[in-house]
Amino acid sequence: MSAVLGALVLLPALSGAALLVAGRGADRVAGPLAVAVTAAGVVVAALVAGTRPLLSVPFLGIVEGGDLRLVVDGLSAVLVVLVAGIALLVTVFAVADLPADAARGRFFGYLLLFVAAMLATVTAATLPTLLLAWEVMGATSYALIGYHWDEPGKLAAGTRAFVTTRAGDLGLYVAAGAALAATGSLVLADLDTADGGWADVAAAGVLVAALGKSAQLPFSAWLSAAMQGPSPVSALLHSATMVAAGGYLLIRMQPLLASTGWAATAAAWAGALTALVLGAVAVAQSDLKQLLAASTAAQIGFVVLAAGVGATAGGTAQLVAHAAVKAGLFVAAGAWLTALGTKNLADLRGAARRYPGIGAAATVAALALAGVPPLSLWATKDEVLAGVDRTALHIVGLAAAAVSAVYAGRILAVVLARPAGDEAFDEEEPGTRRVPALTTVVAGVLAVFAAGLGVLALPAMAEELKAVLDVEGEPSPGPGELLLSGALALVALGLTVAVVRTRPAVMEQLSRGPLASWAGLGRLLSPRPAMAVGRALAVVDDQLIDRAVMGVALGARRLAGMASRADDSVLDGAVSGVAAATRRTAAGSARIDTGVVDGAVRATARAFRRAGTAARRPQTGLLHQYYAQAVVGLGFLLVLLLVVR
Amino acid sequence: MLLTVVIFLPLLAAAVLLAVPGIPGRAAIGVWIAASAVDLALVGWMWWRFEPGEGASGVVDGLAYEADVQWIPTVDAGYHVGVDGLSLPLLALTGVLFLACAIYSLREPDRPHTYAALFLFLQTACLGTFASLDLILFFVFFDLSIVGMYFVIAGWGHGNARRSALKFFLYTFIGSLALLVGFIGLFLGSEERTFDMVALAANPPLADSPVAGGLVLLAIGLGLAVKTPLFPFHTWLPDAHTDAPAAGSAVLAGILLKLGTYGFVRIAMPILPDAWQRWAMVAVVVGVISVLWGAFVALAQTDVKRMIAYTSVNHMGYVLLGLGAAGLVASADEEARTVATVGAMYQMVSHGLLTGALFLLSGVLWSRGHSYAFDRWGGLARPAPVFAACLAVAAFGSLGLPGFSGFIAEFQVFTGALQAAPVGTVIAVVGILITAGLFLLALQRLLTGDTVVPSETEPDETCGGPVPGRTDGGAATATLPRKASRMADLRGHEMASIIPLLALVLILGLFPRLLLDVLEPAAMAAVELVSR
Repeated sequence: MSAVLGALVLLPALSGAALLVAGRGADRVAGPLAVAVTAAGVVVAALVAGTRPLLSVPFLGIVEGGDLRLVVDGLSAVLVVLVAGIALLVTVFAVADLPADAARGRFFGYLLLFVAAMLATVTAATLPTLLLAWEVMGATSYALIGYHWDEPGKLAAGTRAFVTTRAGDLGLYVAAGAALAATGSLVLADLDTADGGWADVAAAGVLVAALGKSAQLPFSAWLSAAMQGPSPVSALLHSATMVAAGGYLLIRMQPLLASTGWAATAAAWAGALTALVLGAVAVAQSDLKQLLAASTAAQIGFVVLAAGVGATAGGTAQLVAHAAVKAGLFVAAGAWLTALGTKNLADLRGAARRYPGIGAAATVAALALAGVPPLSLWATKDEVLAGVDRTALHIVGLAAAAVSAVYAGRILAVVLARPAGDEAFDEEEPGTRRVPALTTVVAGVLAVFAAGLGVLALPAMAEELKAVLDVEGEPSPGPGELLLSGALALVALGLTVAVVRTRPAVMEQLSRGPLASWAGLGRLLSPRPAMAVGRALAVVDDQLIDRAVMGVALGARRLAGMASRADDSVLDGAVSGVAAATRRTAAGSARIDTGVVDGAVRATARAFRRAGTAARRPQTGLLHQYYAQAVVGLGFLLVLLLVVR
Repeated sequence: MLLTVVIFLPLLAAAVLLAVPGIPGRAAIGVWIAASAVDLALVGWMWWRFEPGEGASGVVDGLAYEADVQWIPTVDAGYHVGVDGLSLPLLALTGVLFLACAIYSLREPDRPHTYAALFLFLQTACLGTFASLDLILFFVFFDLSIVGMYFVIAGWGHGNARRSALKFFLYTFIGSLALLVGFIGLFLGSEERTFDMVALAANPPLADSPVAGGLVLLAIGLGLAVKTPLFPFHTWLPDAHTDAPAAGSAVLAGILLKLGTYGFVRIAMPILPDAWQRWAMVAVVVGVISVLWGAFVALAQTDVKRMIAYTSVNHMGYVLLGLGAAGLVASADEEARTVATVGAMYQMVSHGLLTGALFLLSGVLWSRGHSYAFDRWGGLARPAPVFAACLAVAAFGSLGLPGFSGFIAEFQVFTGALQAAPVGTVIAVVGILITAGLFLLALQRLLTGDTVVPSETEPDETCGGPVPGRTDGGAATATLPRKASRMADLRGHEMASIIPLLALVLILGLFPRLLLDVLEPAAMAAVELVSR
């Protein structure tokens, strides 16, 4: 069965690479091929989820766990099916949504590579495998976000996403080293047994990597930039993949986090605060895709919280349900953007009524996002919160749940409203004024899952999920808690709709506040400090280090020049002295005087001429320098001899 | 015998080129390509027949294709050459990169005979250095490589070529003198008074005199640090690169820098194990500083070639970090130190291929517009998609993306070095973030935005970033129309030289066993020797 597991990753990887190599020549076949490959991927995923195979390929040596190893356990089985399913639906959506003249070969090539990397991430069993898949996913996301590279700012958004997530990835490099130091192996599961200082280092590394990938605080702002990507990319990256990978990793490494104590608490708080703060950011957005992006970080925050408090089943259920909900909403947002040419909330007024099919799907998904019973996120969120013991954390979690009803309400209040007729269309791009049937079907399927995955919280299904994940005995919410959160969601939703309808000025004000610009989180990711350091060091490099070296060289040349001058005058002086002495005995004193003076003058002139030549022609200077070097070298040798003997 | 043929075949071809003046220019380059190709095929054959051996083998045993001929009997220096897991990958790298440069230079218009002969001479010098098992022989080849490169830069460079060439020559030559002093120290310190590396490594000299051992290591370390180059001895590098012809830069960064790092593994570590252990922390610190310094300064460059040159300082820093960690015997177990050493060795090969490709690509810019300045280029992905794709692949490889060879190297350096030098390693890891930023920024500047190509009529005046006090000239050129939107994409010979390098980078990134099977036993041997 390990061949099937290999096929799960290699099938999309190889077809993606082939599409990229073929380039524009493959544009026509790219779409159908990608659908076929992702459809086959769903079948293969179901197969491996059932059979739980293991695959190991030699990669690095010396230590245990250097191989490329894929293993499917309970958690991986759930994720593999989820990723494959969403990948298929998004691919179908992309085929319908991309313009006819798009570079489809490149798009689907990177898309398939990305899917392969995500599938490898959720099945990786060793650190080299995980890091390989993890970073390739980041790089392909760069290419996907910057897909329209010829439009200004698009590739810069990709750069920001890649550099931010890589800042987090550094944690995984450190964690790998710590794993080797602590356990002598690079097998992921061995980290569960690590203890001592290296376990702390590994946990910190994993935590940072996951927070970066999942756009949790303080890394959240890359998600805002990532919205520059095409809608299908947003639907894929911000539902079941990429941002989900961080949540997955934390759930997978939960024993390690728990063993250190502090790391689990830190994860829990990071998740809860992200859910609250990014929820508030989402409320203040005036752009639908930005709103959805912020809400993604917030919803994944519940997954991170779950990993922190050890609610594995709840976290997994939340991850799955959120994937369906958010993919559905991004498909709707993308469909409206293509049809109406805008993603501005104010201009999307009544969008759901214009296109009822996709409108219905979006409404269901948004209600699920709000946490309205009996839809999916209502139940899964409570599943997570049931695991939270600490009161403060619980309150933050509940508040965040209420906030999610507010931003979902904002969407609903706008898109379900009657069109006022003054909406500005075609702001981003010329709209097609139609939603392809295929898109509606995809959104419909996602909406069904968004509604139906609530069954994961039914006691029977919840126990089943816990058995699959091998975590029997985790707490489930009681009826009281479920009622409370359901009521909270309904009240918050109702209030929001009322406020948006009756007092639009409140929303206006919000969208001018600091929350609208992602609470200044973007500034944390600014490259300016690094650039400034770079420039400063470059100046030191040029002006100080290089100057010093040149100074030494110049000094050596001067020294050589002086030596040559001394050489000339002393030698010449001596020679003329001897000559003079001989002549003195032979002739009169008057002639001797002129001879000496003449000789000295001539010598000085010659010395000056030589020095001038030396300064003009480097080659001559070079010769002198060799003498100096030889002297220095001999001196070294002498010292060495003295020391050795 | 086979190894001797491999080493001197290029020299023979060079002699033929110089002795027969009637060969037309293109045919001269053809001879060069043929000689390099045959040489590479012979190295391939050597690789094919090479048995890496079980467990640790290399440096003092398991040497293949050995030849040992007396040369200067009074000091026991001889023509002793041989191949093990440390040298074979670098011999292969030399073969590959010189062949790529030969193909790239197919249309070289300027004195092609001498150019080809000079490169063939350089190839012999480089192969000889990697194959040497005798210190004097190593030194002779090492210095010959400097001489050859001096003439390449001075004769075929652009901009301020003679000055840069002289700076390169003086700096690295003085470095090599320090190296010679160190070698003589090894000779004097050895019991049997020999320059033979195998004998010296088997019975390390100066084991019981830490001061003398330290001083000898200092001399050798200085010599190699200049060549590698490590902070603060790196300032010859950007100048030499900016003014060198593309093929010269590729060889300089791809091969000549490796002579320095190779010297650390081949000479400093096994022959002076005590001193290396004692001073390993210095190697780690210098490595970490080089990593960050190279990365940050590269980030600030306004000139493509200078940027690539500084990333070499960064990448060589990882090598030193790994090798330094290998010497911290007390603080890490042998497995981790071996992993770090393997990573450092892998980095030498990986960096050779990547930086070779990057410099050849920057040569394409020069050939099209006679400028390396970032602000003179833009939007090149439109007129030159193949160039853009190659540059993107090379950039992602160079920033250490998994799937390319750099990741295999850097991952192992970090993973292995963390236990030995936790603080240094955590600081050095930041280097891969900065390189990611600087390469993506470079891609953005060169490939996207409005298409800008320096027009051919403009005077060739830019090299080495903004020159202070040149504002008049700058203002004058600013008023000229400097936009053109056409740039010829990669030509056949350019593709044939660059794409194979990138393909190798990808293959070594996905199937590292190809190289690791040879490297790992030798790295184990080196780590065992340094732990004595």
